[in-house]
Amino acid sequence: MQCNSSLGDLTLLDNVLEEYKTKPGSLVTVLQEAQELFGCLPPDVIYKISDSLQIPPARVFGVATFYTQFRFSPVGKYLILLCQGTACHVNGSKKIEDAIREELGISDGQTSDDGLFTLTNVACLGCCSLSPVMMINDETYGNLTPDQTKEIIRSLKEVKE
Amino acid sequence: MRIVVGQGSCGIAAGASKIYLRLEDILKDQTSVLLEVTGCVGMCFLEPIVDIYDKSGNLKRLVRVKEEDVERIADSLISENLHLLNDLEISDAEDEFLQKQTRISLKNCGIINPESIEDYIEKDGYKALEKALSLDPQEIIEIIKTSGLSGRGGAGFPTWFKWNAARESEGQPKYLICNADEGDPGAFMDRAILEGDPHALLEGMLIAAYSIGARQALIYVRAEYPLAIQRLQNAIKQAEEKGYLGKNILKSDFSCDISIKAGAGAFVCGEETALIESLEGNRGMPRLKPPFPAQSGYWRKPSNINNVETFANVPWIILKGGQAFSDLGTEDSKGTKVFALTGKIERGGLVEIPMGKTLNQVIFDIGGGIREGAEFKGVQMGGPSGGCIPAELGDTIIDYKALNATGAIMGSGGMVVMDQDTCMVSMAKFFLEFTAKESCGKCIHCRIGTKRLLEILERICDGHGKDGDIELLESLSTEIKSGSLCGLGQTAPNPVLSTIKYFRDEYEAHIYEKRCPAGECTALLTYTIDPVKCTGCTLCKRKCPVDAIEGDVRQPHIIDNELCIKCGECYDVCRFDAVIVR
Repeated sequence: MQCNSSLGDLTLLDNVLEEYKTKPGSLVTVLQEAQELFGCLPPDVIYKISDSLQIPPARVFGVATFYTQFRFSPVGKYLILLCQGTACHVNGSKKIEDAIREELGISDGQTSDDGLFTLTNVACLGCCSLSPVMMINDETYGNLTPDQTKEIIRSLKEVKE
Repeated sequence: MRIVVGQGSCGIAAGASKIYLRLEDILKDQTSVLLEVTGCVGMCFLEPIVDIYDKSGNLKRLVRVKEEDVERIADSLISENLHLLNDLEISDAEDEFLQKQTRISLKNCGIINPESIEDYIEKDGYKALEKALSLDPQEIIEIIKTSGLSGRGGAGFPTWFKWNAARESEGQPKYLICNADEGDPGAFMDRAILEGDPHALLEGMLIAAYSIGARQALIYVRAEYPLAIQRLQNAIKQAEEKGYLGKNILKSDFSCDISIKAGAGAFVCGEETALIESLEGNRGMPRLKPPFPAQSGYWRKPSNINNVETFANVPWIILKGGQAFSDLGTEDSKGTKVFALTGKIERGGLVEIPMGKTLNQVIFDIGGGIREGAEFKGVQMGGPSGGCIPAELGDTIIDYKALNATGAIMGSGGMVVMDQDTCMVSMAKFFLEFTAKESCGKCIHCRIGTKRLLEILERICDGHGKDGDIELLESLSTEIKSGSLCGLGQTAPNPVLSTIKYFRDEYEAHIYEKRCPAGECTALLTYTIDPVKCTGCTLCKRKCPVDAIEGDVRQPHIIDNELCIKCGECYDVCRFDAVIVR
């Protein structure tokens, strides 16, 4: 799925750019604010930031691709952050990833066909004692088993219907 | 009467916020009961935790509280019949987890309300700042020198030395930076401090800023910690209102501002020069040292960077004196250190102990040993930069030198415990997956070397390991360590080298016998059915996704290993333990 500017009105960004234009070193912060507004960073947004901050687009893109937080395609309604930290690994995060793949047919970085779920593997959510852990939107789910994981996903699907 | 709900990220994940909201709803008309929040006390295995203080201030700690317990808790509070809650109370054995610790940097975590500056002040908060401002900056550096405090983020560099270098460095303005980019998977002590005692960090930073002569300070927090950012923002606002932060702090000549910058997800930004690059809005790639940040750091100005836990120790040291801190610990390593005890451990959480305790004391006396009574195999210290220490060396003391001698490091304090079911080759592969992905790409040895290490480990786990692979891993590791600019590359091969050092037989079993002794590497497993135990119930046959199981009803079944994809479904569903995995 391509991320495009039809996702939102680009003028939404004006206030942010106005605020940070004169503060050197704000590129990462501006990109974060832009992603907050548009859900991802489509090319139009990159160019607009480049124009306003007087930074070449290649550098803006270079910084954006360096950090895992930035995305270039839209995410589903539910963003699943699956923890792949050491404790989660030892306690079976691979099985949780398999369960998500079985339930939704997606692996790391992909969005389900219905556009509802996106799966992103993350390094560590810092809830190691509850491992394995995943976070869906702002809610954290701990001590997961493959069956529980499937149930959580199914219950979220039902919310939609 | 006071009731306090622990609301760190892990408590919330375990359901604490739902409990808080229910309590709030039930207790809203009760004037005799005060409902409050606190941060993470570090007993993560007992979450959600609810503390009740009776009228005389005695604590009754309720653990593993469920939503359905809430009504009963509220009733007992209102009727003052606390004995009705005895079944939820923490057991003596569980309580030992906390009693056996010595808390300095975590002293307020899980006790005070992190959103209330008054709570912090009541616990002698900002008194150290007051004292520091009456001293000469050089005197403060002397106190820190006496304390022996060293960097808690991993490198263990003497804190006073860095402060002194930044102080003596010419050039203005000077910057003070807090590294709160806690990226080591398996470490979360910084998060606990940020969420549970944010003012302690601010106070430590202000003392440091005063000592080095900085008027501007920054906190670089990982974006994955939204609650920490929110609590820090709140703490900064409160400290400004009370005159502890901003212009003419406590009516002195010293002024200092603290601002927050959110990281964007890059492990390498834990390295100080990469962190500075990121703060300046660039790709977080490390710089060549020297010049060190003390000479040329943020915007090429003198800068000092310390980790969260380091700063959180500072107010205590200033109040109690450097000697009190150095009285704790060993000859080489002073004070206390926080460890995040996780993995296959019975009681996981945050453990702050004086240096010099043994690994076994932490894992068994405090952590309660291995989960489900399994056998202790090893412990990974220091995350992906660290190494794996085998059970035989469990009596190693926790001390920078002693840990380095094993091939592991103190690191930021991640302690991931492993049992017999953890494959060490697969563990090394896991860490290399991480470092290969997180390498910033600046140095060829790190960028390509970690990838090659990973490929070799992958083929070993997949059953395609070749004679000479172990030696190849060793020589490549040595080259990566010497050919990389920053800590990431210099330490990335540590998990490989330490697992080869202590678990070489496991590597050999994978390569020469195509066998995974821990039974974790699926490609090396064979599933068979024990004809004696099999009752021919056909359940496995029906569940097998690739029809690899043959057999008639009430007759022993057979798995066709040519077809088997080793998914483990038959093993999971068999009610008679007839499926054997080797």
